Amino acid sequence: MLAGDETLEDEMYETEIEIKSSDGLHMRPAMQFVDLANQFDSEITVSNQQDTADAKSIMQMTVLAATYGSKLKVVAKGRDAKQAIEALKELVDTKLFGNAAAGQDEKE
Amino acid sequence: MDVKKGIAVSPGISIAKSLVIDAEDYRIPRRSIHPSKRMIEVQRVKNSFKEAARELSNVAVKQSQIKQQEIKDIFAVHMRFLKDKTLLKKITDVISHEAVTAEYAVSSTLRDIASHFLKVNDPYISERAADIYDIERRLLRQLLGSKQEDIEHLTEEVVIVARELSPTQTAGFNKSFVKGIASDAGGRTSHAAIVARSLGIPAVVALEDLTEIVSGGDTVIVDGNRGIVIVNPDDETLKRYEQYSEGFTLLEHKFTAVKEKPAITRDGTRVMLLGNIEFPEEAEVVLEKGGDGIGLYRTEFLYLNRETEPSEQEHYNAYAQTIKVFQHRPVIIRTVDLGADKYTQSKRFAREPNPFLGLRSIRFCLQNLEMFKTQLRSILRASELGEVKIMFPLITSIHELMQAKMILRDVMEDLDEESINYKRDLHIGIMIETPSAALMGATLARDVDFFSIGTNDLTQYTLAVDRGNELVSTLYSAVDPAVLRLMRNIIQEAHKARIDLSVCGEIASDPECIMLLLGMGVRVLSLAPPMIPEIKQIIRTVHINDCNDIARTILSMNSERQISNFLRDSARMIIPEAF
Repeated sequence: MLAGDETLEDEMYETEIEIKSSDGLHMRPAMQFVDLANQFDSEITVSNQQDTADAKSIMQMTVLAATYGSKLKVVAKGRDAKQAIEALKELVDTKLFGNAAAGQDEKE
Repeated sequence: MDVKKGIAVSPGISIAKSLVIDAEDYRIPRRSIHPSKRMIEVQRVKNSFKEAARELSNVAVKQSQIKQQEIKDIFAVHMRFLKDKTLLKKITDVISHEAVTAEYAVSSTLRDIASHFLKVNDPYISERAADIYDIERRLLRQLLGSKQEDIEHLTEEVVIVARELSPTQTAGFNKSFVKGIASDAGGRTSHAAIVARSLGIPAVVALEDLTEIVSGGDTVIVDGNRGIVIVNPDDETLKRYEQYSEGFTLLEHKFTAVKEKPAITRDGTRVMLLGNIEFPEEAEVVLEKGGDGIGLYRTEFLYLNRETEPSEQEHYNAYAQTIKVFQHRPVIIRTVDLGADKYTQSKRFAREPNPFLGLRSIRFCLQNLEMFKTQLRSILRASELGEVKIMFPLITSIHELMQAKMILRDVMEDLDEESINYKRDLHIGIMIETPSAALMGATLARDVDFFSIGTNDLTQYTLAVDRGNELVSTLYSAVDPAVLRLMRNIIQEAHKARIDLSVCGEIASDPECIMLLLGMGVRVLSLAPPMIPEIKQIIRTVHINDCNDIARTILSMNSERQISNFLRDSARMIIPEAF
């Protein structure tokens, strides 16, 4: 696995996330995940045991059907791969989707 | 080359490129395109995504007041689907690889995804299938909407091919470029048929699966004389049809020569020929074809193709436009005949299990007085401009007639109070289109100035046959002895009461039936404008004594088959040049 070589165009990072929201990667969590992924230039994929989905596609992420407790592998490839992985991991692990962001939603 | 047999509903031959209109509510058939057109279809899909997203964001703004987070979320999910590049690519790939229409690529791809969602054993995912169908509809609406615009802004002659044509679609036709109509569904009196006849373009309906065979741009021959549609004809067939079409045009020119002459039989019996119209612009066609006025001005079109009810002024303007064409000649305005097969867009009509026996026509008006009064007011105001007559449709009893007349009087009183002028002596009449009205003719005649026999509905209600249902439409015949006996009764009652009588159904434009109608005592016919010259030619050829003989013989017959055979034979014998 490559790490930190700034000169390379195709940096690749990966991480593992666990879906801890009770609804799984449904509706709002899925939208948040897709929206965040779309902010990066890198190609980002999410896979479970059977399938791999484009993290920027709501269609493919819906098909992936990540439920509570699912363990997913996230792979990012590109200029901002490192930031992408960090941000997505933060959304899932630290911000716990809606829960940490609930207040923020109300303000919108 | 494919040859399809359907029902001929409007005469003539047209040869042109096809414009296929798919319907949002039906499965979109797989339709190939020329590989060179792939870029265009890909662009159409991209535009439809963009437009659907724009439409959705407008809806979302309107609904931003909604507190329910769930609904907001659903809109938000739809929006993300519409912005999903992977989804867009999946669809455009279908077009690029398979060379099919944008409509088919959108529909088949999204339905694949939806059925995949349905199979997933997770209620959240399977519920998303409904979202996918919703997105499919949004996209198809954009694609079909752009097709609708195509019809409105045509630049070359086309034959319209559709599953079924709605009044909304035909109202927007660019009449100078639509040269023919062919539809999968429909019968002799379906909407597509009526519109085609009023525009004087050939049409064939009940072609079953034509839309699955034709691709947009294919050359199509519509033979409205024989009820045949030929897709991509070979050179020989094309040449044969071009010759045939020329011959038919010559015959039409011959009919046109009589348009300045009066409709008088050989013995000097004067017949009045009026036109049935839907749009004010058609009044000019009636005049051009040598008609003496308007015998049936359908007003439903003021209500269709729009979201709000027409205002009094809009009614007035439409009527004024028509009346000005005819000035001192009669214009019979029929009050709105909505319901059953004609609905407004605002869906004020609840679904009914049996719409033809339900809340339609005058019944609907009598329950929606405000709407009814608006129309009556504008008709009364327009009565100042010419010889306007008012006609109530679907009257079934004296009670209904009394109610309608009472409301008309109310409106008159309102106008009096406001010192608005109208013709106090304007004629009031009714359509005779139910067996009950035909049987109660003697009673009804006392309270009206004229009867107009609507043979289409009269036939359907007398014989209990849905005229639009291909499975039973062969049972539908306006010359069924039962229908003719009802007609004889109503004609006699009108004569006894010395009130005017006209026939405004399809039978009035059927060349074979003209002698019968004259023989039964009819002197006013109201028909599709393009048919006026031909019918006039027939009238000028016959002698009233022959007509009387034919009517007497026919009214003694008891079988429809016997009657229609006799009519065909006698028409051929007496006026061979027309057949």
